[in-house]
Amino acid sequence: MLRTNLKHILSEKEFKEVLDQNENVMICCGRMGPMCIPVYGIMEEIEGEYKNVAFRDLEFDAPHSHVITNLPECSSFYGIPFTVYFKKGKVVKATSSIQTMEQVTEILNNNFGKE
Amino acid sequence: MDNYNFDVIVIGGGPAGLTAGIYISRAKMKTLIINEGTAGGQMILTHEIANYPGVESTSGYELANIMKNQAKSFGCIIRSNVRITNLNFDGDIKTVEVNYKDIYSAPAIILATGGRSRSLGVPGEDDYKGKGISYCATCDGDFFQDKKIIVVGGGNSALEEAVSLTKYAASVTIIHQFDNFQAFPHAVEEAKKNPKINIIMESKIIEFLGEESLKKVYIQNQRTYEISEMNIDGVFIFIGYKPNTEMFKDKIELNQWDEIITKENLETNVPGVFAAGDSIKKRYRQITTAVADGTIAALSAVEYVNNLKVLSQA
Repeated sequence: MLRTNLKHILSEKEFKEVLDQNENVMICCGRMGPMCIPVYGIMEEIEGEYKNVAFRDLEFDAPHSHVITNLPECSSFYGIPFTVYFKKGKVVKATSSIQTMEQVTEILNNNFGKE
Repeated sequence: MDNYNFDVIVIGGGPAGLTAGIYISRAKMKTLIINEGTAGGQMILTHEIANYPGVESTSGYELANIMKNQAKSFGCIIRSNVRITNLNFDGDIKTVEVNYKDIYSAPAIILATGGRSRSLGVPGEDDYKGKGISYCATCDGDFFQDKKIIVVGGGNSALEEAVSLTKYAASVTIIHQFDNFQAFPHAVEEAKKNPKINIIMESKIIEFLGEESLKKVYIQNQRTYEISEMNIDGVFIFIGYKPNTEMFKDKIELNQWDEIITKENLETNVPGVFAAGDSIKKRYRQITTAVADGTIAALSAVEYVNNLKVLSQA
């Protein structure tokens, strides 16, 4: 399990539940490494500002990580974390490797807005 | 409570900044740490820290979390992942504008902005970051199982990571811009004797090309200026660090490498502005040296603020 303050997705069932129960979802799939921790940090920082978005992490080496890593949108990715944004269960954006606060909030604002 | 006026503002939340935050807030001064990234700075990039005195072995992330919580426990306020949009170091009260709206002020400022990995700054680098270009072998090495990769750089990090990447890659080509390596002799020896490693000296990558992911690079020989191309699956870049001091240019004195020049008490050439950690001119950059700098800068800043208070009461 990742040592973050985010809610974790611990199974394929939980992954499906999160998508079913939330219109807007951001999932960061990574490890506790230098490219991933900054993205978790950004998510923790803005979680309170985007009440309309469910923020989750998912351990890259967990058996159920295929729900993210096998997505066609991630097929060209060669760097963790894989960060995927879902709206009504569909992928609207996916990014590879470290991201800045500005990059993350731009995606959130463009796809989900802020409530 | 007034959330905009402080006794000391620390810019940067790595080990130097967090240590300064601990010392100043423990001295009962109103302290704010403003951090453009995640608290912990470069420290969180370290998977295992085994040489931090008093701690047998820990991760950089855990050590950063402890320092952050320690600072908060003494009343230090930490704002992370913000953008610093303006700085004013003129006069007795300095100001820091954040996200174009919030303006924080204090008589003393500590600059502890650390450094970051250098990038090549050539066409295609941003496009293929995470899609073939990486700056972290530990993070992304296993994506390149049986692939053909390049490592850029000639220092210890580049050569050690090149050797470590041979665990995964079919071949590793080291490209270095100079005619000799800056790494320690044993690191050079290890790389040279590895059968999976090829070395191209006096050359630079000048462009990255691909489709969905990286496919090819153009390489220029720095002596002949001849350009060649190489089909490649991945490129790892380890060309050192640069200080995060762009925002201080024309405000405080920097040297030719953009490092902050400080006095013995870590005050800069501007009264009331101190500096600590990897962004200052110094020889050794370790967590322990950053922590020491943070302590010195904090104590100097506390003394400076107390002196101002005494003067204003006189």
